[in-house]
Amino acid sequence: MGVTGRCVVEEERRVRANAREYNEKFQYASNCIKTSKYNIVTFLPVNLFEQFQEVANTYFLFLLILQLIPQISSLSWFTTIVPLVLVLTITAVKDATDDYFRHKSDNQVNNRQSQVLIGGVLQQEQWMNVRVGDIIKLENNQFVAADLLLLSSSEPHGLCYIETAELDGETNMKVRQAIPVTAELGDTSQLARFDGEVVCEPPNNKLDKFGGTLYWKESKYPLSNQNMLLRGCVLRNTEWCFGLVIFAGPDTKLMQNSGRTKFKRTSIDRLMNTLVLWIFGFLVCMGVILAIGNAIWEHEVGVCFQIYLPWDEGVHSAFFSGFLSFWSYIIILNTVVPISLYVSVEVIRLGHSYFINWDKKMYCAKRRTPAEARTTTLNEELGQVEYIFSDKTGTLTQNIMVFSKCSVNGHSYGDVQDMLGHKAELGERPEPVDFSFNPLADPRFQFWDPSLLEAVKLGDLHVHEFFRLLSLCHTVMSEEKSEGELLYKAQSPDEGALVTAARNFGFVFRSRTPKTITVHELGQAITYQLLAILDFNNIRKRMSVIVRSPEGKIRLYCKGADTILLERLHPLNQDLSSITTDHLNEYAGEGLRTLVLAYKDLEESYYKDWSERLHRVGSAPEAREDHLARLYDEVEHDMMLLGATAIEDKLQQGVPETIAILTLANIKIWVLTGDKQETAVNIGYSCKMLTDDMTEVFVVTGHTVLEVREELRKAREKMMDASHSVCNGFYQEKLSSKLTSVLEAIAGEYALVINGHSLAHALEADMEVEFLETACACKAVICCRVTPLQKAQVVELVKKYKKAVTLAIGDGANDVSMIKTAHIGVGISGQEGIQAVLASDYSFSQFKFLQRLLLVHGRWSYLRMCKFLCYFFYKNFAFTMVHFWFGFFCGFSAQTVYDQYFITLYNIVYTSLPVLAMGVFDQDVPEQRSMEYPKLYEPGQLNLLFNKREFFICIAQGIYTSILMFFIPYGVFADATRDDGAQLADYQSFAVTVATSLVIVVSVQIGLDTGFWTAINHFFIWGSLAAYFAILFTMHSDGLFRMFPHQFRFVGNAQNTLAQPTVWLTIALTAVVCIVPVVAFRFLKLDLKPELSDTVRYTQLVRKKQKTQHRCMRHAGRVGSRRSGYAFSHQEGFGELIMSGKNMRLSSLALSSFAPRPSTSWIDTLRKKKGCEGSSAGSPSGAADKTLRV
Amino acid sequence: MKNKTNVLPREGEAQPSRCPDNTAFKQQRLPAWKPQLTIASVLSSFFLTGAFCLTVGVCLVLSANSVREIQIDYSDKCSDCSKLRENSSNWNKECHCSVNFTLKENILGDVFMYYGLQNFYQNHRRYVISRSDAQLLGRNVNIQRSYCAPFSTYRNGTPMAPCGAIANSIFNDTINLFYNHNSSVIQVPLLKTGNSWWTDKNVKFRNPESYNLSSAFAGTARPPYWQKPVYLLDEEDERNNGYLNDDFIIWMRVSAFATFRNLYRRVRRVRHFTEGLPAGNYTFHISYNFPVTRFKGRKHVILSTVVWSGGSNPFLGIAYLVSGTAATLTGFVITGIHLKLRKKKTYFQRR
Repeated sequence: MGVTGRCVVEEERRVRANAREYNEKFQYASNCIKTSKYNIVTFLPVNLFEQFQEVANTYFLFLLILQLIPQISSLSWFTTIVPLVLVLTITAVKDATDDYFRHKSDNQVNNRQSQVLIGGVLQQEQWMNVRVGDIIKLENNQFVAADLLLLSSSEPHGLCYIETAELDGETNMKVRQAIPVTAELGDTSQLARFDGEVVCEPPNNKLDKFGGTLYWKESKYPLSNQNMLLRGCVLRNTEWCFGLVIFAGPDTKLMQNSGRTKFKRTSIDRLMNTLVLWIFGFLVCMGVILAIGNAIWEHEVGVCFQIYLPWDEGVHSAFFSGFLSFWSYIIILNTVVPISLYVSVEVIRLGHSYFINWDKKMYCAKRRTPAEARTTTLNEELGQVEYIFSDKTGTLTQNIMVFSKCSVNGHSYGDVQDMLGHKAELGERPEPVDFSFNPLADPRFQFWDPSLLEAVKLGDLHVHEFFRLLSLCHTVMSEEKSEGELLYKAQSPDEGALVTAARNFGFVFRSRTPKTITVHELGQAITYQLLAILDFNNIRKRMSVIVRSPEGKIRLYCKGADTILLERLHPLNQDLSSITTDHLNEYAGEGLRTLVLAYKDLEESYYKDWSERLHRVGSAPEAREDHLARLYDEVEHDMMLLGATAIEDKLQQGVPETIAILTLANIKIWVLTGDKQETAVNIGYSCKMLTDDMTEVFVVTGHTVLEVREELRKAREKMMDASHSVCNGFYQEKLSSKLTSVLEAIAGEYALVINGHSLAHALEADMEVEFLETACACKAVICCRVTPLQKAQVVELVKKYKKAVTLAIGDGANDVSMIKTAHIGVGISGQEGIQAVLASDYSFSQFKFLQRLLLVHGRWSYLRMCKFLCYFFYKNFAFTMVHFWFGFFCGFSAQTVYDQYFITLYNIVYTSLPVLAMGVFDQDVPEQRSMEYPKLYEPGQLNLLFNKREFFICIAQGIYTSILMFFIPYGVFADATRDDGAQLADYQSFAVTVATSLVIVVSVQIGLDTGFWTAINHFFIWGSLAAYFAILFTMHSDGLFRMFPHQFRFVGNAQNTLAQPTVWLTIALTAVVCIVPVVAFRFLKLDLKPELSDTVRYTQLVRKKQKTQHRCMRHAGRVGSRRSGYAFSHQEGFGELIMSGKNMRLSSLALSSFAPRPSTSWIDTLRKKKGCEGSSAGSPSGAADKTLRV
Repeated sequence: MKNKTNVLPREGEAQPSRCPDNTAFKQQRLPAWKPQLTIASVLSSFFLTGAFCLTVGVCLVLSANSVREIQIDYSDKCSDCSKLRENSSNWNKECHCSVNFTLKENILGDVFMYYGLQNFYQNHRRYVISRSDAQLLGRNVNIQRSYCAPFSTYRNGTPMAPCGAIANSIFNDTINLFYNHNSSVIQVPLLKTGNSWWTDKNVKFRNPESYNLSSAFAGTARPPYWQKPVYLLDEEDERNNGYLNDDFIIWMRVSAFATFRNLYRRVRRVRHFTEGLPAGNYTFHISYNFPVTRFKGRKHVILSTVVWSGGSNPFLGIAYLVSGTAATLTGFVITGIHLKLRKKKTYFQRR
């Protein structure tokens, strides 16, 4: 964008706060974003310049110039200029509208308001007026306007929270902290005096790195990414903050990451351009042949004929005459590449785009967003997609975590039940559980199984302990704006879901201080002393808290991945553990994210000893991590199992079905997500990309080049081995020669999971092919923790080596580069931001619409475009080649066969509308069938309907038609006379006969090609024929001739010629001979080698109900293997932050004096009712009972 | 319930702004005819086409066979004249020759007399455009701006009337037919008007308006190869003179190919010739003016009758017969292939 425009490469950036004059020296980019291309003044010249960069347009301009030279002008100038002007106008109008919308969206972004500190006063400024070096104030939930250095915030210690979903797709909240010296600058007057100077790296696209130094008051302060707020982030849970603009507009990391806007062309476009070049070559060949013919003719015959027809002035030799005739022939034969081709293609695409926009089945009523084809030039490519690159969050998932099921003490809760207690089918849900007893409940929380609440109310100790754990063991922060109106700031939505569940079931996490957690347990406030948070990390896959209950008992609560936790249980838990494992399997099979919960009582003395050791390790600088891990490991042992939770990462509606259908349509789906591996894999399972039937799921997590290479090699070997055992070494010979094909023919189903680190290595030049081969051999590929740029690189890689059409779909700003890189970019217009949509070619609000976009719209578009192109080339060859044959009979003089008006109007009036109607409306099979038989999509991927072979067939048919079109009338006219004895074979009658039979033949042909005759098709086809005759008779009328005798020389021709039975018999014969063989071939092809679509049509015709054999959708209820998903999309170190109290406000700290021990009478009464059933259950929570009893 | 009924319509009202219309057109559900190539339709169309073509073919062949035609190449028979004409300085010397022929049987009906030229490229691009239609419409136009060059004006600036290569190269042989009846020679009465298209004679060509023709063409000169000016083309018939001369009009309608025949005269059906041309000996008396040897051309004189499908033209009839046969045969072949492969096909369907 703007960066490229500047000639001097920036080496380092110096920014001084509150010093606009100083900063202006460097001419940094302003915060104004410009994606539009023209303004009112520049539009015409720039647009025309751009249009004439198109080869086709220049070519026609060149032709026009040729036609102005009288010696070679074989056609009037208007035969070219009329279509050319038409084309240029249509394109210009379209470009103008596009640019208008870009202006609008630019303005919208540029005019967003932000508060800028100017002269010590906060002023409302538009985004585009923000300069580098300005200090701006952000408020909660505002978008960050530029890349800022955080100076201070409303939160203590200069902390602030941001959501970076727009930027990298990670949905968890992140913490940024101002450097201590600036954190104190709380009010505007202080900030206005701030004159620190930042020296930092030049603009780049690395989202997670920033290096710089702040010079202020003669001291240096290092700056890191931890101090930066990047454009595109949203400020959350922070009332306000101040930041210093470091990078603005096009220099921001968001914009740097968005890649360059490339003009996308479809593969048909490229093929078309190649073909047009070939045709051009063919045209030159014809020109050369005819020019040589002309030279010979003039030399042999023309010389003798000179008494009647002397050579033109300046022509002295046959050779020169041949040279001139070459150009003349180029002019008259140019209609093989008609200019209307390009316009028609655009019109058809526009029509298809409108159909997409109008599709009610792609309209999301909930969000009130219809689908939108933002680019109108890519439609037919939608029918050829082979690879889909999908973002996860917001695209596949709704990014809503829902506490869905749980298993407590061997009892599973959460199945939706109907009145009779049977498992209910989806769709007939009963009323959700009523939480009205609990004033603190979150009204948005829904749960469908009333038995869990009953268990709570009945005082089931295990259930109580279960929820107590959920309310204690987390790193969620709470905020209570007014009494009872609790807001949780969860670092990950999973934790939020769990704590919210506990809250609704009566265990309300109310507030926390660095040392305490206050929980309202069934109406009573109980404050636990927080002794330690054993924080989460990737290796541990668990987190624990150690709390001291008001009774003084020390207990460790732990939640974590099942694989990890189940090994750490006390041997007593064996039975329970096996039941819970069954439940876990069940949950996992449904694609839920599971966690296992456990607790452990700690002896006072043991804890004291342990905490001392912890303290020691904590202060020791070296190998702190290892020591800590060992200590944590030691204490999290011999735990008692409480149960398991299952969280549903809510998929968007219809995602698994869509993926299944797309997979059946042979489309490979890769998920590229910034999220964590576990989460991504989990989603992979729940949306059926990964299944348990898969032979193997390879996981590549290597940190070094060698590791990654080794892992990839192993994966390939395994796949090879498997296919070898299947094929008995059939592939052995081919193996060395063509690795790719072997890998693609692999028998089993494999999947590949690769994380960001490994991907970085895998994408290096020497390994990318290896990676690609491995990945493409797999049915599903999941790349996790990838940066936006890596997403684009992966797409680029596939594009580069696979020659396949790629589609990228995503919803966030982090997907923008991928969307721009892929052949087709699809934006999900979700609730979050619109960057992805703005960068996309198509947008809609639900992932499931993708199947309709591809299988219905894409397929039809492709089909229509192919049929259109075939017919178009056919009709123009049939039309033009007649001149070629005529050349041999008219002394190669470049005499046209037809009237010049016929030549002008043939492509724009007589034959354009029927083929346009076919290109816009044609349908081979009804839309439902495309969904039922996803295999119908395959011809597009394999490029079967329009390729070089098909092209040659069309051309051959066109040439065949042109031969008949010329030689049959020739045979008839050669020495025949009319029925009134007059001459028949005059040039004008011949022209009218050939033109009429041509129009009739191509109309019959389009009728044959049209498979779907709507009223519009009827109107256009019959209308074109009618128009032809109407125009013919008008042009040949007396009145026009009297007005322009030079222009309308064919006066009286139509009525004289078309009154002859011979002429009509000639036309009929031509039509029969041209069409009958085509029908024969078509029918034989249909009869002997029917395509799937033909069969579908046929079965449709005979109304045989056929079972949807191709669909093998499996429904819910399969048994899945258990996958350990420590579901937290969670960052390490949050626990530490909490314990340090850094993120606590002073106010809340003050409030959190240890509350007096609450009386537990309420809970006691409940317990007494239940008697001692609780303890007699022989549960592991016997100890817990005791602690709870006061 | 109350709430619901209140709320729903309001939502419905807010929606239409963005929700696509549910019309058949926008939802691509337009009713449509979906023709398909089925065995029944394909076979019936083939056999029908075949039958049609064969019928038409037989009719055409039969009628074409009933046409009587006599074609005489006189370019060699008048070799003296053709040699004379090769030297263009002899343009004003007259040269006559006669060609005898015998009719073995009567030619009944209307008999048309044509002159035929071979190898005369009337369809050459530069030839075709070399005319001024406005001039031929009797308008006073600057022919310098037309494509008539180099036959537009003389060096002294006198414009040619008519201008252009077509007019200049007009076929100017005079052919008369004599019937040798019982040693007496009877000139066959020939009609020289009514041979051109009505539209050409009445719309496309007009003499410039003046009190008489010669004054109408005053200030213009004849084209270089002409022996007499345009207003003397037919001194006998005022309405066949000037641009309205039928021979001129017919010549000006250029042919599509280098070999062509133009209608020259019609036999007037009077006296001996009321039935047509009786059998016997005939002589063509030709005033030989049009040189063809230069461009290796040939000249013919043709006598022919016509039927509903025009003159003798075997091509169309034969072409119809051939394509009719081909269509029928293809129909049988398709039947054969279809029957042979039916088993396979039903298997495919069942699956």
